[in-house]
Amino acid sequence: MTAPTASTPTADDEHRAPGTADGGGDGGDAFDRDLLPAPPGATAALLRSLLSPLKAGTAVTTLLLLLQQAAVQVGPLLVAYAIDTAVPAFRDHRHGPLIAVAVGYLLCALLSGVLQFAFIESSARVSQDVLLDLRGRIFRHAQALSIDFHERYTSGRLISRSTTDVESLRELLEEGLQELVTVVLSFVYISALLLWLDLGLGAVAVASFAPLYLLVRVYRRRAGRVYRARSTAIAAVIVKFVETMNGIRPVRAFRREAANDAEFAVLNRRHAHTNGDALLEMARYVVGSRLVANTAVAGIVLWGAYRVASGSLELGVLAAAVLYLRRLYDPIDRLGMFLNSYQSAAASLEKIAGLLAQTPSVPEPAASRELPPARGGLPGREVVFDGVRFGYRTGGEVLPPFDLTLPAGQTVAVVGSTGAGKSTLAKLLARFYDPSEGRVLLDGVDLRELSVAELRRGVVMVTQEAFLFSGTVADNIAIGRPDAGRAEIEQAAKAIGAHEFISALPDGYDTDVRKRGGRISAGQRQLVSFARALLADPAVLVLDEATSALDVPGERAVQRAMSTVLRGRTAVVIAHRLSTVEIADRVLVMERGRIVEDGRPGELIGGSGRFANLHRAWRDSLA
Amino acid sequence: MPVRTLAVMPTTRATTEDRSAVRTLLRLWPYVRPVRARMCTAALVAIVASCTGLVIPLVLKWMVDGPVADRDPSGVWLGALYLLALGVAEAVLFGIRRWLVARPLSQVEAEMRAALYRRLQRLPVAFHDRWASGQLLSRATTDLMLLRQFLAFPLTFLLVNGVTIVIGVAIMLVQDWVLGLVILAPAIPVMWTCAVFERRYAQVTRRAQDQVGDLTTVVEESVLGIRIVKGFGRHRSQVRAFHELAAVLRGTELRKARLLAVIWGVIVALPELAIGAALVLGSVRVADGGLSAGTLVAFLSTALALRWPVDSIGFLLAMSQEAATATERYFEVMDEAPETDTDGAAAGAADGPPPTAARAGLRFEGVRFRYPDAPPDAPPVLAHIDLHIHPGESMALVGATGSGKTTLTALVPRLHEVTAGRITLDGVDITAVPREELRAKVAVAFEEPTLFSAGVGENVLMGAGDGATAADLDRALAVAQADFVHTLPQGTGTRVGEQGLSLSGGQRQRLALARAVVGRPRFLVLDDPLSALDVHTEAAVEAALRQVLADTTALIVAHRPSTVLLADRVALLSGGRIAAVGTHQELLRTNPEYAYLMSGDEEDHR
Repeated sequence: MTAPTASTPTADDEHRAPGTADGGGDGGDAFDRDLLPAPPGATAALLRSLLSPLKAGTAVTTLLLLLQQAAVQVGPLLVAYAIDTAVPAFRDHRHGPLIAVAVGYLLCALLSGVLQFAFIESSARVSQDVLLDLRGRIFRHAQALSIDFHERYTSGRLISRSTTDVESLRELLEEGLQELVTVVLSFVYISALLLWLDLGLGAVAVASFAPLYLLVRVYRRRAGRVYRARSTAIAAVIVKFVETMNGIRPVRAFRREAANDAEFAVLNRRHAHTNGDALLEMARYVVGSRLVANTAVAGIVLWGAYRVASGSLELGVLAAAVLYLRRLYDPIDRLGMFLNSYQSAAASLEKIAGLLAQTPSVPEPAASRELPPARGGLPGREVVFDGVRFGYRTGGEVLPPFDLTLPAGQTVAVVGSTGAGKSTLAKLLARFYDPSEGRVLLDGVDLRELSVAELRRGVVMVTQEAFLFSGTVADNIAIGRPDAGRAEIEQAAKAIGAHEFISALPDGYDTDVRKRGGRISAGQRQLVSFARALLADPAVLVLDEATSALDVPGERAVQRAMSTVLRGRTAVVIAHRLSTVEIADRVLVMERGRIVEDGRPGELIGGSGRFANLHRAWRDSLA
Repeated sequence: MPVRTLAVMPTTRATTEDRSAVRTLLRLWPYVRPVRARMCTAALVAIVASCTGLVIPLVLKWMVDGPVADRDPSGVWLGALYLLALGVAEAVLFGIRRWLVARPLSQVEAEMRAALYRRLQRLPVAFHDRWASGQLLSRATTDLMLLRQFLAFPLTFLLVNGVTIVIGVAIMLVQDWVLGLVILAPAIPVMWTCAVFERRYAQVTRRAQDQVGDLTTVVEESVLGIRIVKGFGRHRSQVRAFHELAAVLRGTELRKARLLAVIWGVIVALPELAIGAALVLGSVRVADGGLSAGTLVAFLSTALALRWPVDSIGFLLAMSQEAATATERYFEVMDEAPETDTDGAAAGAADGPPPTAARAGLRFEGVRFRYPDAPPDAPPVLAHIDLHIHPGESMALVGATGSGKTTLTALVPRLHEVTAGRITLDGVDITAVPREELRAKVAVAFEEPTLFSAGVGENVLMGAGDGATAADLDRALAVAQADFVHTLPQGTGTRVGEQGLSLSGGQRQRLALARAVVGRPRFLVLDDPLSALDVHTEAAVEAALRQVLADTTALIVAHRPSTVLLADRVALLSGGRIAAVGTHQELLRTNPEYAYLMSGDEEDHR
């Protein structure tokens, strides 16, 4: 069975329970350490899968670079030819060779320029396509992962995955890969040319690659460690930053500024330290590689000059060899840069791969079913909890097995104290979670068999958090039904009593909620959430504490809307305030995950059970 | 429409008119200043190292024209030794340069980030209302990384390469001025291309960076609003909106790449042409005997040694441009004025006469408020508030949704500043008290109970001074009926918040309440403090809270009768004014609007 914890990758971790604090372990797990394990090879597989649709583009880009490098590397060859052949020929009044040199150089220069242009363009297209793909994948995947994942992963980390981690891949693609190909190409080209010019000199140059290779290996290993540490460190900085900015009011009111500064400084310093470590690793590498390269140059010049002096080598060949040698070793710094961006991108990709390896614990069905046509002309649908049990894998059983049928069109109030399992019940019905055992059926169809679109035509849940997205008020309402016209949006707002305040905003429905004058109070935000739900017009409406910030008239407006606009829908209402109960056909009282009372409000109020007590207490509070 | 639904409007756009990249970058000086000695040393070392590279061709020339031509083996050895020494020197010097700047530059980045964070924590709340936090975050991360890279590389190497080019050109001119001039010829068209490109590149860079900020905002909102996205099955349209924005960014990046491609093409081709010309011309002169072969070899290897410095100018300028834009974006935040404590005129009032009965308590006198960024023609949120809460009295604040109750409460701890009028605590104008002190006196529980990533106990004790004890904590938890804390895995040490255990709305609200009362504040501001509690808990909290309120001056935003009954009197906020003050029963009888708000019955509202 798919418990919400099924996404947790390792067996031994004790992650905290989603939802409420009641029960659940503490966090010393992969989530807290920001190390979601990716299956071995996932990082490389991810990179491959990103590049494979771009085979043609990659091939063209590589070809352009090959040609460009070839054009660039012809230069010294022409120098050798000029000195050894064209100059003596010119002395003999044969101008042909020198003209050939001139034309050759002209062509090479123009070609290398044009090819450079074409290469940058084409490589930018490839890398931007990869980034677009990757950004989209992370975003899509994050959106597809279930609520319980989000409750554990923290928004800051998710943000850092799709910003700084993608950014480091961008650096690798835009600079690193080009560096690598350039380096490899010039190594190959130049070694070949050197060998061709003179076997001996070429062999010495090739031999110098051995210590360079060792250097690179050592650097890779050491830098890999450092970069992983750095990526974790920056994620911690981001989490702290986001938390502070999103909670700026309490930060100010409780004078947390100084304490926050201190905490931030620790994280920031840790990042600065790992950053410094990374730069120092790089410095070590550069010194080492330069030493090898310059020693090799001195050695080759010594031997070459010796041979020119003894007459076994042409001067032009030596000149060309020296020119090539400088070019041969020039790119080793750039190889370092590549390794740099590679390490940092590898660390980031590893984290991204770890995120992408998470499977949604509430997956969309491969083959979805449709809901049967609504029965009896009523818009509502029947809900059946069939032997449903819900618990976290760490133990804590939240809802022991139960059966429950909510007939179509019924309005059901669920009451009970905090932690009684009301929200879990609502989340199961809205399929934020899947039950550990049993099924939740909507008109006889298991929720797990419905596509998202079909599911949301069936069930919509409005929660306590009335979050507004950037954009206009109308945009925010239209989330309920994106194809709704302005008239329908306004109608929904009117039905819920939000029209007045929205019209009073500077630009009415077109007011940007993040812009001047767009401030909207918590109660107003809840009204907007309701307008959304009205617009969505689902068969089953789940309200989880959705009226907590409303005043009495606001709550009345919502109740009115439910008895008019939403009439005939099945509704499950969780509210602390019992005023909601007045419109309910049925009341469920929950305690410790069990439904302890179930009946019509009138019956229960008249009785002597828990609900009667609750109701009396509430009545008293109105006094 | 569907796709547009969640599309993000650009929130912060600065006009990138004529501004000099250099002047912008100069603003970094205060942050670089502490490490200036190391930076300068590193630059000097780099110049020396770079010039070492330029000496190598001269040694080659000496070898070719001297020992090689003379077939003198010992001279060859000497030359090779020179080369080795120079090579080692170059390697070590470059290493020293990197070693010199590695730690300091990371510190500069960290310091700038810390300064940004410090500043952001102290900017008016109104600023945060306006700025999407994604935009702030992208400044704290991507932009600062760009700046560090700029300081590490382009800044040093623009100087180093400039010097190298000048010296290299001088060497070439000295060796042969005609060939030197030929090599120099492309300099002007290259510089012209760079200049043209720089301007355009700056604009595109800025656009790209802003688009990254917008993208960050969408990511952030999609995560923070995940329950809504899921609840309405909207993740596809979210993905679509994200995709559109990402595609726009891709377009901008491609435009950027095209500009770069042009400059690179020019930078690669033109100098190569010049070298070709010099080669042909030089060959002719060698054939004529007007030039030695060694000079030509040295000349060409100097020219080639200058290739990298010249080539690099394009991307160094590009990086500098991006750094200038990053600096601009950074200072857009840093230039905002933080809240300052007025120390001038009003300060005298702090030492005023001891409070008389008429002045004691919390008083609003003719308070008017409009958001500083509101359009000038918009009516003020609060037009004229006169209200006096006597010492020890608790006053409920009732008003229709959106009437400005929360805004009014935000004025007391000075999260927003009054536009006109004044608020006094025991006769002292709140603007005369340092904010720190004011906020210590006034405790607040917000409508949205935010907990931070810290232990439960720490979260609650944030509301108290340093001297708070475990007993204070227990008392506050008891008042807020937050005893569930003791059943958490690690009791009061359990981590909550963004990086900890997630608690239910009711649990968070009780902790926020405990935080407000833990410091036994003289003044208490509670914004609908019991909204998420179930009836039993609410009753229990009310009973405990009454004890606290008995000797506390309190302002309590209330939506329902049960909360109103916590207070001694009620003030009705309507149309930006206090429309009525009285007890709950009085107002129910005499004020139809109040009765409507409390009962929801339309008839009463007539």
